[in-house]
Amino acid sequence: MADVISYREAVAEGIAREMRRDPAVVCLGEDIGAAGGVFKTTVGLRAEFGPGRVWDTPISEQAIVGAAMGAAMTGMRPVAEIMFSDFLACCWDYLANEIPKVRYMTGGQVTVPLVVRTANGGGLGFGAQHSQATENWAFTVPGLKIAAPATPADVIGMMAAAIRSDDPVVFFEHKGLLATKGEPPPPDHVVELGHAAVVREGADVTLVALASMVPVALKAADVLAGEGIGAEVVDLRCLVPLDMSTVLASLGRTSRLVTVEENPYQGGWGATLVSVVADEGFALLDAPVRRVAGECVPLPFADVLEEEVIPTVDKVVAAVRGLAAY
Amino acid sequence: MDPAELLAAYEQMTIIRRTEKAAHDLFLQGLVKGTTHLAAGHEAIAVGASAALRPGDYVFATYRGHHHAMARGATPEECLAELMSRATGLCRAKGGSMHLTKASTGMLGSYAIVGAHLPMAAGAAWSAKLRGTEQIAVAFFGDGATNIGAFHEALNLAAVWKLPVLFVCENNLYMEYTPIADVTAVPRPAADRAPAYGIPGEVVDGNDVVAVQEAVARLAGRARAGDGPALLEAQTYRHFGHSRADPAAYRPAEEVERWLKHDPLDLARGRLAELGVPEAVVTEAAERATSLVHKAVEAAKAGPEPDPREAMTDVWADGGAAWRT
Ligand SMILES: Cc1ncc(C[n+]2csc(CCOP(=O)(O)OP(=O)(O)O)c2C)c(N)n1
Repeated sequence: MADVISYREAVAEGIAREMRRDPAVVCLGEDIGAAGGVFKTTVGLRAEFGPGRVWDTPISEQAIVGAAMGAAMTGMRPVAEIMFSDFLACCWDYLANEIPKVRYMTGGQVTVPLVVRTANGGGLGFGAQHSQATENWAFTVPGLKIAAPATPADVIGMMAAAIRSDDPVVFFEHKGLLATKGEPPPPDHVVELGHAAVVREGADVTLVALASMVPVALKAADVLAGEGIGAEVVDLRCLVPLDMSTVLASLGRTSRLVTVEENPYQGGWGATLVSVVADEGFALLDAPVRRVAGECVPLPFADVLEEEVIPTVDKVVAAVRGLAAY
Repeated sequence: MDPAELLAAYEQMTIIRRTEKAAHDLFLQGLVKGTTHLAAGHEAIAVGASAALRPGDYVFATYRGHHHAMARGATPEECLAELMSRATGLCRAKGGSMHLTKASTGMLGSYAIVGAHLPMAAGAAWSAKLRGTEQIAVAFFGDGATNIGAFHEALNLAAVWKLPVLFVCENNLYMEYTPIADVTAVPRPAADRAPAYGIPGEVVDGNDVVAVQEAVARLAGRARAGDGPALLEAQTYRHFGHSRADPAAYRPAEEVERWLKHDPLDLARGRLAELGVPEAVVTEAAERATSLVHKAVEAAKAGPEPDPREAMTDVWADGGAAWRT
């Protein structure tokens, strides 16, 4: 294997590793076969595993996710692709009403071990209907696990955990990270869901970030270090299970908290996270919490407008400076 | 169907009819909360189809699914206990009337979002095809569901992937309160759509258990042989309103009368007589059904309430509900 792998290649590699070890893993989605996916995240799968395991679908988001559900209930481990996360709205019934509830409302009779993968987030100038960070949509629904890796190694390790999970997982691949590169992980690398990573240590403030916001938080931490402020960066990796232990432990060291979210402030995951901190970690805090989040507008097209709306390194730095002086 | 099979089907339909009546009475006594969507009148579809299926086949139903659950092995006691919120209920009182499920027999659930289960049935059929079993999947749904997107997505996917799935529409002429004809572009809401997907679309008398059994057996045979999905429109009528809140005053009296005369149980009795089964034998079957349901009501009533802690189980495969560490 090459000594670097892109996030985009890591998606296909992660799926391929699981398809090799478990014949129950099958893929379905629009253009995922010979075309290798519109984001080239499934390149090579059709060639290696054939059309019997990598299925091109019509443009039928309900049928894709509904069929994945039926297959998952009957012995398969389907990996369904929804091309852009915005299109999750077209099969929202399955994510909100069907998949997460069937186990509960049947009194535990049925499990739904499937993965819905989707390209999430902004940064590529695709406009308001192809750029949303939608992980919050899924976060409102009990019964879905939510993964959102930030590095190629995590893509592979979390893909393994997601596909092996006996529970449904919505797997958010960030469009803005597809071209980033990193070290390929060793064979059988598994990153269990629900384990956040402290990706940089620091004593003054905790930055909690997810997916594309992890590199933003890391760059902000670099800038802050130049100003003598030590920022610890927590890559949450998953929203469900939500690793509050790691967040609270970090706060125990830093006593200041900033969440860095791409999604709109309105209803963002940071609100839930800080509410748990207010409830269980209030005594750890020496300052108010801050949420750096997207503005509550649809994502605009032009770069300058998009930058205005989503968190940037400067915005994170400004928020932390204010807190450090508190 | 030979006489013994038809007698068994008749008895099963009678059990379902009596259980529906019991559900109705228990609701009026305040022992069933929420709502119920009774399928009295639709029995022949569930029982006829089941008679044509194999034990390992998959079935998906709607909120009007008591008959399918029972036709696929759920006992009246389990169903009534579920309706009465007892721990002994089919879904341990977490599902209720609209979600009767018996996964161990392939009855993979009753879904309350109109049309949502059609893609799932396609997926179960896909899974059977991938695993190389000879199972098929059947989705039962109402005429109203034929106007929802998931219906069309499921049909197209099933057709292009040649999946062993049957889509069985129970056309009872009404969605909730609106005649289906008033809101549908074609006269036969299911069968007329089949040509658009290049699959067989047939119509059958849904009150005639033998006709349903024969049609399903034929279409199931095709599906098992690898010839792909089919759409069957079973014409029927519901005896009650849409749900408990509905007295069904919108239905013309002569229409109701005509359909009540075309009752599935009476039709089956007529056919049994034609086959020379003595009246006394048929009556005995009906009495067995009545007494079984009577006992089921008493047993279900005696079931305990669920432990409140059960509310926090069964979200995840490990049995728990924890969303954070
Ligand atoms: C997506 C959706 N829209 C609306 C409803 C409300 N609703 C419940 S049953 C029903 C009528 C369905 O009619 P039909 O499909 O003919 O089935 P039937 O009740 O006759 O068995 C409606 C509109 C629903 N449950 N789901």
